[in-house]
Amino acid sequence: MEHESNKTWWLQAIQTGLIGGIVAVLVSLIGMVESFHERDIIAGQITMGETLLLLLVVTFSYFSSRGTEDTPLPKRLASGALTGLITGSLAAGLILLGKAINLREVFVNASPSLYKILTFENENTTIALMILLVTGAVIGLLTALVHVIPLTWRRATISGLTIAALIALLQDLLRITLTPFPEFSKSIAWMFGSRGQEGLSVNGALVVFIVVTAVNYFSATRGDAVRGRVRALPTGTQRALRWTNWGLLGAFLLIWPQIAGPYLSEVSNSIGLFILMGLGLNIVVGYAGLLDLGYVAFYALGAYTMAVLTTIGGEITANFELTFWQALPLAILGAVLAGVILGIPVLKIRGDYLAIITLGFGEIIRIMFLSDFLKPYLGGSFGIVEIAPPTLGGTPLNTPQTLYYVILAGCLVALFVAYRLRDSRIGRAWKAIREDEDVAQAMGINLTTTKLLAFATGAAFGGLSGAIFASKLSTVYPHSFVLLVSINVLALIIVGGMGSLPGVIVGALLLVGLPELLREFSEFRLLIYGVLLIVMMLNKPEGFIPEAVHKRELHESDNVSTPAGA
Amino acid sequence: MMQRFLNRINFTDIALWVIGAALVGLIVIGSFKTLAEGNYTTRQWLDFVVFGIAQGSIYALIALGYTLVYGILRMINFAHSEVFMGGAFTAYFAADAMAKSGFLKANTFIAILILFAIAMATSVLIGVLVERIAYRPLRRAPRLVPLITAIGASFFLQYTFKGLYGDQFKAYPEIAALKGSYTLGDFNITKIQVVVIVSAALLMLGLYLYVQYTKVGKAMRAVSEDKDVAALMGIDVDAIIVRTFVIGAALAGAAGILYAITFRQVNFFMGFVPGIKAFTAAVLGGIGNIPGAMVGGIFLGLFESVGPILFLDGLDVPAPYQLKDVIAFTLLVLVLLFRPSGILGERLAQKKA
Amino acid sequence: MSNILTAKTVTKRFGGLTAVNTLSIEIPEKSIYSVIGPNGAGKTTFFNCITGFYQPEEGDIVFNERSILGLTSDQISQRGISRTYQNIRLFSNLTALENILVGQHALLKSTLFGSIFGMAGTKREEAEAVIEAKRLLAFVSLARKGDMLAKNLPYGDQRRLEIARALASKPKLLLLDEPTAGMNPNETEDMTKFIRRLRDELGITILLIEHDMRVVMGISEKITVLDYGEKIAEGTPKDIQGNERVIEAYLGRGSAAQITA
Repeated sequence: MEHESNKTWWLQAIQTGLIGGIVAVLVSLIGMVESFHERDIIAGQITMGETLLLLLVVTFSYFSSRGTEDTPLPKRLASGALTGLITGSLAAGLILLGKAINLREVFVNASPSLYKILTFENENTTIALMILLVTGAVIGLLTALVHVIPLTWRRATISGLTIAALIALLQDLLRITLTPFPEFSKSIAWMFGSRGQEGLSVNGALVVFIVVTAVNYFSATRGDAVRGRVRALPTGTQRALRWTNWGLLGAFLLIWPQIAGPYLSEVSNSIGLFILMGLGLNIVVGYAGLLDLGYVAFYALGAYTMAVLTTIGGEITANFELTFWQALPLAILGAVLAGVILGIPVLKIRGDYLAIITLGFGEIIRIMFLSDFLKPYLGGSFGIVEIAPPTLGGTPLNTPQTLYYVILAGCLVALFVAYRLRDSRIGRAWKAIREDEDVAQAMGINLTTTKLLAFATGAAFGGLSGAIFASKLSTVYPHSFVLLVSINVLALIIVGGMGSLPGVIVGALLLVGLPELLREFSEFRLLIYGVLLIVMMLNKPEGFIPEAVHKRELHESDNVSTPAGA
Repeated sequence: MMQRFLNRINFTDIALWVIGAALVGLIVIGSFKTLAEGNYTTRQWLDFVVFGIAQGSIYALIALGYTLVYGILRMINFAHSEVFMGGAFTAYFAADAMAKSGFLKANTFIAILILFAIAMATSVLIGVLVERIAYRPLRRAPRLVPLITAIGASFFLQYTFKGLYGDQFKAYPEIAALKGSYTLGDFNITKIQVVVIVSAALLMLGLYLYVQYTKVGKAMRAVSEDKDVAALMGIDVDAIIVRTFVIGAALAGAAGILYAITFRQVNFFMGFVPGIKAFTAAVLGGIGNIPGAMVGGIFLGLFESVGPILFLDGLDVPAPYQLKDVIAFTLLVLVLLFRPSGILGERLAQKKA
Repeated sequence: MSNILTAKTVTKRFGGLTAVNTLSIEIPEKSIYSVIGPNGAGKTTFFNCITGFYQPEEGDIVFNERSILGLTSDQISQRGISRTYQNIRLFSNLTALENILVGQHALLKSTLFGSIFGMAGTKREEAEAVIEAKRLLAFVSLARKGDMLAKNLPYGDQRRLEIARALASKPKLLLLDEPTAGMNPNETEDMTKFIRRLRDELGITILLIEHDMRVVMGISEKITVLDYGEKIAEGTPKDIQGNERVIEAYLGRGSAAQITA
């Protein structure tokens, strides 16, 4: 890549610009820009839709102005500007085309409102086009300057911007949590847009940006010193600090539903259920390396077992009418059995084939549950209704806030089990299988039992999640158990970091929490998943919180305080 | 010998044999009972068979794309189902325009050729882009990574199409010239089915000749044997890989048109199930094996068309047609368990320690 | 001295290719035994037959007076045979320590439930296993590197780690596949001494595939030479050194005459 001569730098810039432009046009035509436009990032000033387009120009200009260490500044600026210009011009092209012919026949989202957004609401086409081109070029130019800023400042500012954007996006969340506290209402009003408009106010945005940037900068430059000082503290104090941290987190988790209210508790519940599944799939895929695309089958089995055992509906032949707590272990058992049964045929199968077969299994289960053939037992497409909720001393726990505790308990149990297994003999056996199956076998690991244990344990978690899910909704339909669920879980452990426990939590927060909180994302959820998977695999296949990093951090503290094998 | 055999056998092998035997038993018993009950006439059975062959031809064309890419890159091109969809979907707009303007009726043959061209071109474009962006950078990555990328690409394409064109089913226009059927005694075949089977056969023959007898075809076979050695022989591996994707995509695009004129409906999600079925067919015939994909496709089509009624009706399963996908998947599982190299497949080379 | 391993007319075929042809070898207990031959002679294939990775078409393999033919590699490993690989096959994304702990898998007894519930027996066993693993790390001079990922270790360290991992299961027979490949003379010297220590201090029988003739001639008590899957010579280093067939196998027909001329 280094031997690009002066002659072709502008060709590169144009090429990058063209790609950027195509992406911009695509993003507009699928309706993302319009949909995102509904939400303000900085109240009254800039919307998410506009930010999206901005980001596109910035990203592509960044790449084209990257060059090498000794690329002179003017060339960088020129590259950036050129790319921005081309990107802008393609967007302009779209507008011109749209004015000439009716694109809407074919592209359903090529609506007048889209054009309004792209032209910044200018009636005069020529002016609008000029603005697009100039803005593109200018932004490209500015982006090129980024390369000249020293690395620490660059990182600091980028985190400042990202956090500011994030807070703007999650302003619902923050507002709802802080509303019960009247002391904060004045700050809220000042930080965020006035009622009716979302996003941060200009003041709010500036404040957040400056604060985060400063924190990040100081953390980067002085952070190591602070960390060193912390590590130099006596062991007792360190331990006390750690326990305090966990204690605070624990307390927060316990009070959360009370401050969050029903809507956010519901979101938390969804996140929790996916964390449960993620932990399970993490064992199968992350630890043992068995690519299971049919994980939803265990979820379905747990849910349906719970349903069949506790329903009082009468639509189906079964009439057990157990309580939630009675049925729960059986539901988990059912899922475990499924794990073993579905695991047996695939023991000798590897890689891609394993993925397809397990996908097939997931589909088989769904189709069977949907079929008329099993309708008398499983309700067919009508599903099963009136499933028992969990109870505590007689009172049913069927509000989001109360169910939260059941789910929280489940997650904590699962986390504990996963944590214990990770550094155990069987955990190592799983990882050995993942790394090199044949050598693992040569080490004395019985592939059959070890793989089946992986499936069984993963299935147990999935079943637990499914059982709670069924209770939560008090109905189950086969339509809830589609391939998408498996892909969802897979995506979140990959993005979070395969094999890493905090990774599962981060993945769930990002891929389940964000779409729930941001309607706009939810509409394009799967498209974003797709892009995210591709981007992650190309750039950071180990995820946001990779397995090994976590372990190294753990061991660093080991070297200081405790002896072997903690 | 016996000693050795007994040493290696364990619980899971027994379990597998039991499951396999049970399934085969069900199939055999079900078939006997259905035929004994005689609820279906010869004409109906023949209809199922013909439908199965036509459907299978479409699967075969798509399967070829999977098998070609697997042969050369040892990976499942998950996004291939969207390559199939993309061609058919994009050609819809042309078909619609041609129908509305009367061109379709006036010059049916040329119109259909144009549709094929558009579909194949679009499919090729999508296929090549996916290879370039998502697969090429990851050629040396561990197995899991390209597979996940492929899944991501598949989703991305599906939902981009949904975003661009909406989620409604689009109806392909009826082609007047293809209405009707030919009958010979109990044997009945629609004109559309004739077109499907004949086109597929021609395309498959063309491919076979191309791979067997042209220089490029030989190069493709070389690259699928051993990429690195082929490179040492002076073959431009990247170019050959792209060529493979192009051919696979073109066939999928053609399959898309055939599918569209058979079922007359396209939608952003239409690729998913045929994709999985086609992959099943490729494995059935022997992954990496071109005649295998063709055989596997036809076989799967037949199995899927005749199977539900034949196997399940006798067992008093209500609405057996709902379970036709189950039958296809079960077939896949059985094949991968008991004959992973497929019907025509060569034994996959044993690994060296 | 009895034979710890006896191969009786072992034959392994791949389709039309006979990789190992009616090979019979007797390996005395606690000896250092080498199998040599030009590339493609079938040495690694033979190793794979011993460890259960391949099943020979004909013949038998007897270890400690029991036939191990037909056993799976995990069963064979449990009987007391360990190996290293020609192209190092460590568990790349596990730490050095974890690699060794996996090596101990067959010796440990902890179960899934034991690990989950943190039972005392399990905890104790784990702690002891870690101590033993650290001891093995020290034994191969990797004491400080236990927490490094295997893939990040330098080449020489990786080779030694692989040996440590193979030793972790307390084998009676250790198969080393080209342990000095890619090493400079100093490292080779160290490895040679190390192999001797393994036999002398731990009483392990060593079966070696090697290309470096100084190593082979230096430490082997007995050598078998293979060519095209067949045994073409067997004996002490002195016997092999002058053997014409061996020279021709390595250097081509007629070389023997040139050399001795």
